[in-house]
Amino acid sequence: MSGHESTYVPKTGIEKWLDTRLPIVRFGADYLSLPTPKNLNYWYTFGGILTLCLVVQIASGIFLAMNYTPNTALAFASVERIMRDVNGGWLIRYVHANGASMFFIAVYIHMLRGLYYGSYKAPREMIWILGCVIFFLMIATAFLGYVLPWGQMSYWGAEVITNLIGAIPVVGEPVLIWLRGGPAIDNATLNRFFSLHYLLPFVIFGVVVLHLWALHTAGQNNPVGILIPKEREAKDTIPFHPYYTVKDGFAVILFLMLFAVFVFFMPNALGHADNYIPANPLQTPAHIVPEWYMLPFYAILRAIPDKFGGVVAMFGAIGVLFILPWLDTSKVRSMRYRPTMKVFFLIFVAVGLILGWCGAQLPDAPVVPGMPSFTLIDGKLNSYLWLTRLATLYYFAFFFVIMPFVGLKETPLKIPASISEPVLSGPAVMSGAVPADAEKKG
Amino acid sequence: MAESVVTEHPEGDATRRDFIHIAAGAAAAGAGVMVVWPLVNSMNPAADTLALSTVEFDTSKVAEGMQIVITWQGKPVFVRNRTPAELQRVIADNNASDLKEPQTDQERTKEGHEPMLVVIGSCTHLGCIPTFGSGDFGGWFCPCHGSHYDASGRIRKGPAPKNLVVPEYEFTAGSTIRIG
Repeated sequence: MSGHESTYVPKTGIEKWLDTRLPIVRFGADYLSLPTPKNLNYWYTFGGILTLCLVVQIASGIFLAMNYTPNTALAFASVERIMRDVNGGWLIRYVHANGASMFFIAVYIHMLRGLYYGSYKAPREMIWILGCVIFFLMIATAFLGYVLPWGQMSYWGAEVITNLIGAIPVVGEPVLIWLRGGPAIDNATLNRFFSLHYLLPFVIFGVVVLHLWALHTAGQNNPVGILIPKEREAKDTIPFHPYYTVKDGFAVILFLMLFAVFVFFMPNALGHADNYIPANPLQTPAHIVPEWYMLPFYAILRAIPDKFGGVVAMFGAIGVLFILPWLDTSKVRSMRYRPTMKVFFLIFVAVGLILGWCGAQLPDAPVVPGMPSFTLIDGKLNSYLWLTRLATLYYFAFFFVIMPFVGLKETPLKIPASISEPVLSGPAVMSGAVPADAEKKG
Repeated sequence: MAESVVTEHPEGDATRRDFIHIAAGAAAAGAGVMVVWPLVNSMNPAADTLALSTVEFDTSKVAEGMQIVITWQGKPVFVRNRTPAELQRVIADNNASDLKEPQTDQERTKEGHEPMLVVIGSCTHLGCIPTFGSGDFGGWFCPCHGSHYDASGRIRKGPAPKNLVVPEYEFTAGSTIRIG
């Protein structure tokens, strides 16, 4: 926290020498002694898990790059060589490929956690915005990386996603040719994608440092969503180490078990079989689908019956996250004390899953097979197209209508005066609770 | 002339110094652009990429009602020899109300070679390759996002914004075309 005094005392001669020149040991020690709210639950451990994910991806990626060849004629074969001939190459590649999925599972939970407990609200807007930047960079990096094996899905994914740029009026076509480095996706494209895929994780790393800097300046949120008064800091906080290092460590072990199940027992479950077919510019796969973690946004892209409109909606779905802190009008942070908003939040989570499901289906396929339907505007009502549209409508309504409106209209529950109170007195006794307006003084 | 070396503005502003600041700033900005431009330009298509710009093809190989796919600049090009019935239908649809990008069939083919349609086989929506002879208009259908093209390659239904692109080409000798 911002007001946290350093308690580090250099003991050895080397530490003393270093501390007056580059106080890096002090920085680490202060981080570990950071007063942290004592009521953080397991949803909060995903920050640590994400750090681990980034390290795993960078480390495994560096070693894959040593055996990968970014050339359209050789890329596919070089990946197969990694799988068959390079010592442990299969392990490194499966860790890297499934690691991307694990990264996205963790980041989605991390983001929904932030959404539920109002972690984006003042004074933590910068933490949230930097997190959105990281999320956007993650999507870009994952896409670039998916293209590298130069399989059918790689090639056609690149074709479809770069074509989005062509939707921009007037400058779209020249920019598209510039991005691809030629009239079509080809060797130039693969080379630059490899270069950028290697670069962006280090950019992400830099933004993660800023994310943590902002976190330690504004202080951590907690499940109750209230600021800890200065005078209660000693009672309501505990040092990060050993309390949260151990808790995060336990969560990391559970997470690694899930990770290992995928890597060792179902390494291709989250991928697409078509990516084991070498790229063929003359044949489109029967159904082009992105990786699972992009499906909700892909569904939104398809929902709009206009090319440019679809692109705007898709980027808007990510872009709206950046202005989220100013769309929520509620003075109460945590949805624990917002019974109405909690319901809308749960629907939002369900809608996100529905969008993901729709993104994996053919748009014209019926949602309920065999049920009679009628045509509405340009598609059958009983089709994934229309289910996607309804879900897309809710997605945007959640941010632009529900958030501002519910925040003004709902009556929140009484929020406790301190984070210890709900634990010590139980929900029935809230005698010392103060009305929601007390939050203002924070 | 020593007194003119530092000319004070009535308000006390050193105008020469301002000039130097602005000139230096402008030079730095210009230099910055000059450094960035070669980097940006290096991402444009290279000379060898641009050199692969023409391809020749004998269209007499395409039987009536058939389509051949050739590669040009890494992209598929459909060469379709349309049947009289198909031709009749697309000409009848020249003024159809559902054309998003109105074009007559004559504008999309070469005079004297009306049955032969040459288009880039890349859906103008997101670049998938549409399937031959399917969809509501008997031309092409893109299964990915549901765009329907007629046998003239014109977009009739679905999210694609434009007709299938007719590349620059000409008949060089008899039935041989040169694309690009």
